[in-house]
Amino acid sequence: MSSQIAIPVPKPQRARAYAWRNSVNAWLLLLPAAVLLAMFTHYPIVATIQHSFFITRRSGEPLFVGFENYRAMFEDSIFWQVLWNNFVFAAGTIPTSIALALLMALWVNRNMRGRGFLRLAYFTPTILPMIAVANIWLFFYTPDYGLLDQLRGLAGLPGWNWLGDQRTVMGCMIVMVIWKEAGFFMIFYLAALQQLSPDLEEAAAVEGAGRWYIFRRITFPLLMPTTLFVAINAVINSFKLVDHLVIMTKGGPNNASSLLLYYIYEVAFTFQDAAYAATLTVVLLALLATVALIKFGYLDRRIHYQ
Amino acid sequence: MNRTTHPLEMIAAWLLALLWLAPLAYALWSSIHPAAYATSFSLSAPLTLENFARAWNQAPFARYYLNTVMLVTLILAGQLVLCTLAAYAFARFKFRGSGIAFALVLLQLMIMPDVLIVENYRMIGTLGLLDTIVAIGLPYMASAFGIFLLRQTFKAVPVELVEAARVEGANALQVLWKVYVPLARPTYVAFGLVSVSYHWNNFLWPLIVTNSVESRPLTVGLAVFGAPETGVDWSIINAATVMTMAPLLIAFLVFQRQFVQSFMRAGIR
Repeated sequence: MSSQIAIPVPKPQRARAYAWRNSVNAWLLLLPAAVLLAMFTHYPIVATIQHSFFITRRSGEPLFVGFENYRAMFEDSIFWQVLWNNFVFAAGTIPTSIALALLMALWVNRNMRGRGFLRLAYFTPTILPMIAVANIWLFFYTPDYGLLDQLRGLAGLPGWNWLGDQRTVMGCMIVMVIWKEAGFFMIFYLAALQQLSPDLEEAAAVEGAGRWYIFRRITFPLLMPTTLFVAINAVINSFKLVDHLVIMTKGGPNNASSLLLYYIYEVAFTFQDAAYAATLTVVLLALLATVALIKFGYLDRRIHYQ
Repeated sequence: MNRTTHPLEMIAAWLLALLWLAPLAYALWSSIHPAAYATSFSLSAPLTLENFARAWNQAPFARYYLNTVMLVTLILAGQLVLCTLAAYAFARFKFRGSGIAFALVLLQLMIMPDVLIVENYRMIGTLGLLDTIVAIGLPYMASAFGIFLLRQTFKAVPVELVEAARVEGANALQVLWKVYVPLARPTYVAFGLVSVSYHWNNFLWPLIVTNSVESRPLTVGLAVFGAPETGVDWSIINAATVMTMAPLLIAFLVFQRQFVQSFMRAGIR
């Protein structure tokens, strides 16, 4: 598609002058955004990698240490723990919230009584600040006094320190995040469902196919591009979502709920170790870059029927 | 899809909806009842606004509101100007290096300022902007997402309209202002709603760069106020939580359709 404005130019000389002026204009339009992007995205990425090879001496002078920071990182058991936690967190939240999102979208897309209300209810957690969500759920998980323990009390069970126990803390976070995210993902399925032609489904129904069969063989495969899009976003989110930790657990107990970005925050701003924080950030950048490569290099090429 | 829904499915859908609303309903309940009723739900519990009054008096929430409003306005204004200009360049100019420049913009979709906290903090420090509202907003103003969304919209503007404006003697900026911008209105609304929601709720970066009441947004103010160490009543914390969520929540309830469609539009790239 030729979207550029074609203005006929008679002589090659004029054409060159026109092209040059065109370029200058374009770069002038880009300039303000380019400056800010360079300052807060491109330079920081380069600086992060650079700083991961230095430590700061007591005099404040940087000292080149090669891969020393990386060696220390590989020996840091907390690093491996938060990496593993991030994996558990992603594995716990992503498939469940995607499945719930799909279910919600299928329901809301039907001619069901009160579907406007249902859509509202499912979507509402999306627009709440994570920090407010953490405050509300913190109360649910409070030992003895909290809502969850009161329910346990009704069943005659003793109180449980949900967030204070290494075995339950991650599960608590996962449930909360599923609640927060499912409605957001539902929106994308809903958009996709509304674009699907009902003919296929009707044809299949005429042929006598059951509803589960139709879903499994027709609807779900047609929604595959949406599923992959949502999954990519969910993976990126799972690396970004740490606000709740500041309020609920501070990564504890014993780092059982800490995630990579939260650990970076702690190392940089609580332990004041910028060099090590940079090294950890390199790992986070590498993980995000891998996700980007999978998305742009592989998925975008294979999924062409969206 | 006119097929009938099984009653059991209907019940399940409604149960899930009620379950999904329960945490919010709970926060509202405890915020408008005395602390004694924070966990005992009885219809006879007296209503009160006492929790809100006490939260409001115990922390400078008025200032936090002002800060957040200034923050989201500043960010949105910056984004609208920067992203419009950049998107225009990408959509309708042929220039050397445009492919690489666009790839460098898209990089920000994957590596957002949210994860570059250490170096961005250093940068803000170098600029001497620590503990200011501008510092919270600056990393987000050149939004790759906004540039991408507007570029898509601008590309769909019919060339005939642009040529007609040209014939009438409009220069490049006048064409942008008179033709592109008005036609992209739905995209601006969608992007605006998503941006305001995001930055109203954003927390980690503002927590890092702010250090005083004068620059702290609501989310950070709420976190400081509700920290367990402070020993404030649950009902009062819930009142503060409700206050933090309320503006966006009310806007959402009133403009539900626009919100949902904006998030939808913003998501389908």
